[in-house]
Amino acid sequence: MTPSLEQYRSIVGDAVIQHLMQLARHLRGLKIVHVNSTSEGGGVAEILQCLLPLKKSLGLDVSWEVTSGDREFYECTKKFHNALQGNKVAINNAMLSHYEKINSINYERLKDTLENADIVFIHDPQPAPLLRFCADRKGRWFWRCHIDASHPYRPVWKYLRDFVTLYDASIWSLPSFAQNLPHPMYVVPPSIDPLSPKNIDLDSSDLKDVYKTWHLDESRPIITQISRFDRFKDPLGVIESYKLAKKFSPLQLVLAGSGANDDPEGAEVLEEVELARDNDPDIHIIVLPPDAHRKINALQRVSNIILQKSLREGFGLTVTEALWKQKAVIGGDTGGIRIQVFNHHTGFLVNSPEGAALRIRYLLKHRDILENMGNKAKEFVRENFLITRHLREYLTLIISIMHNSKERIILQA
Amino acid sequence: MKRETTNNDFSIKDCTLVAVATGLKARTLREVRSIADTISPSCIYYHFWGALLRSRFDDPEFPNDFASWASHSLHDKKLAERLAIINPMDFRDLEDLRKEVLEVIDERLDELDMPSWVDEDRQFYFVHSQIVVFDTKLKLTEPQDLLRNIDLMSLGSIFYHFIDARRRNPDKGNDFSRWLHSFDGQHDSLVRSINNIDPYFTTLHDIEREIKDIVQKYYRNEQ
Repeated sequence: MTPSLEQYRSIVGDAVIQHLMQLARHLRGLKIVHVNSTSEGGGVAEILQCLLPLKKSLGLDVSWEVTSGDREFYECTKKFHNALQGNKVAINNAMLSHYEKINSINYERLKDTLENADIVFIHDPQPAPLLRFCADRKGRWFWRCHIDASHPYRPVWKYLRDFVTLYDASIWSLPSFAQNLPHPMYVVPPSIDPLSPKNIDLDSSDLKDVYKTWHLDESRPIITQISRFDRFKDPLGVIESYKLAKKFSPLQLVLAGSGANDDPEGAEVLEEVELARDNDPDIHIIVLPPDAHRKINALQRVSNIILQKSLREGFGLTVTEALWKQKAVIGGDTGGIRIQVFNHHTGFLVNSPEGAALRIRYLLKHRDILENMGNKAKEFVRENFLITRHLREYLTLIISIMHNSKERIILQA
Repeated sequence: MKRETTNNDFSIKDCTLVAVATGLKARTLREVRSIADTISPSCIYYHFWGALLRSRFDDPEFPNDFASWASHSLHDKKLAERLAIINPMDFRDLEDLRKEVLEVIDERLDELDMPSWVDEDRQFYFVHSQIVVFDTKLKLTEPQDLLRNIDLMSLGSIFYHFIDARRRNPDKGNDFSRWLHSFDGQHDSLVRSINNIDPYFTTLHDIEREIKDIVQKYYRNEQ
């Protein structure tokens, strides 16, 4: 069931909801469309799953369209993803032609909706060329980049830039991710929905189920990394950290993640992780279906410490989720993890498996500090990274673009 | 009962900021200086005041972004301390504030034989902001209304009337004090107390709490 505004009010307070309602009043009557490439799995789909109902409950006319593609298309866009994160990838002209062809097919299907929309948000590179096909657009188009594109592999960025330049504005999760473009480059960190199955409070039976289902021992500490099986998430580094820390403290490691439709590389990485596990019964590798939100929620809650030892990270919503559940996070010193994890306050930033192992040992030894960090972490997320803040910024930038991005916009009552 | 609107009514506005990347970044202090010399005043504003309305972890040690970068990325503690002590309220306008930032940087550059640089991913990213202001339909007609309604105000309202006002008002004052002052000097001690709130080394929540405490105390003493 879709949560109501009243439920959010109980979490964020009256003033925040009132603020959103007043802002939304100025956008009534506009047709707003979000477009991305997957309805399940991955951070983008999760954000849209909660953002859309909330916008609707504020009286906005908003819809979500999902583009489709075949394996070849997703292989190409996965390479784009990796290239934007800095990996050198080989993409040939045939792949690019196929990418554009799939986009033209998607455009034909979505033509009416896109042409008639007042505001269009295109998420990530997969549907980026749609704007090029939309010769008769009436609205303003945003390209939303959820990826850490601070050091893109230049040949791929050069190709994608030609599509992105056409947009009226782009949106980036951090200033450091933004590439130079000839339009306003808004900075909007993503967020989590506290009422989604992934973050909502659970009762003890859900937690007990988790111990039982995956044969976890309640009496020994659990450290967990929730992420796709992706090299940038460094699952092998996590296993190394666990092995180092286990020499000093009894420990269980959970590596859990869902596959996503647009991530064909996952199986390969999973195989490497199984090899590194080396039959250790205390390493639990859990592959979950994309809709296993409640189970992920429970896994985070039964964990003592959450790891997100990424080498590159867009924003790191799994970090936000963990902090909201009052868990200290040991995270890679990269991307959006840096604006969420503060040494000695909400966790620790680390640069190596050794660094992660050291912090695991420290936190397991000082349980009072671990608990204080958890409490601080939850309040930090409440103030900064809940969906209500994200929504406020989306509403603001729609208003901004409709007023030609003036520095000061005074709305009439 | 609906009050009649008078000239003395205080219309409570709300506002929200959205950050906009400029694409400009710096790896050395000299580069920061060079860009800070020419960027728009709104960029200076954002790096001194924007933190109050954006996602951040409270870092009262370094209340502006230049000082925070000098400490956390450049690891130049002396520079960080000098930049942190700059109080933006001491300056007539953003151009004067910019000059002071440049002065502090120049002084430090003179002292350094080998100015250091930061890793690629620790650069200073210049950002500016856009502000959207809207009416809340909340009107205060008498000073006690401030006490009755402050809980209804969003942090955006506090930012607009207490921080942003300093940029708009010729006397650089906040809107609450200006409005209270319009009651023919009847509430001067309240005005003085509100003016004494230091909005810089704090959060909007704390400013809201301080205003509320001051107004509560004022009316308690009056009774």
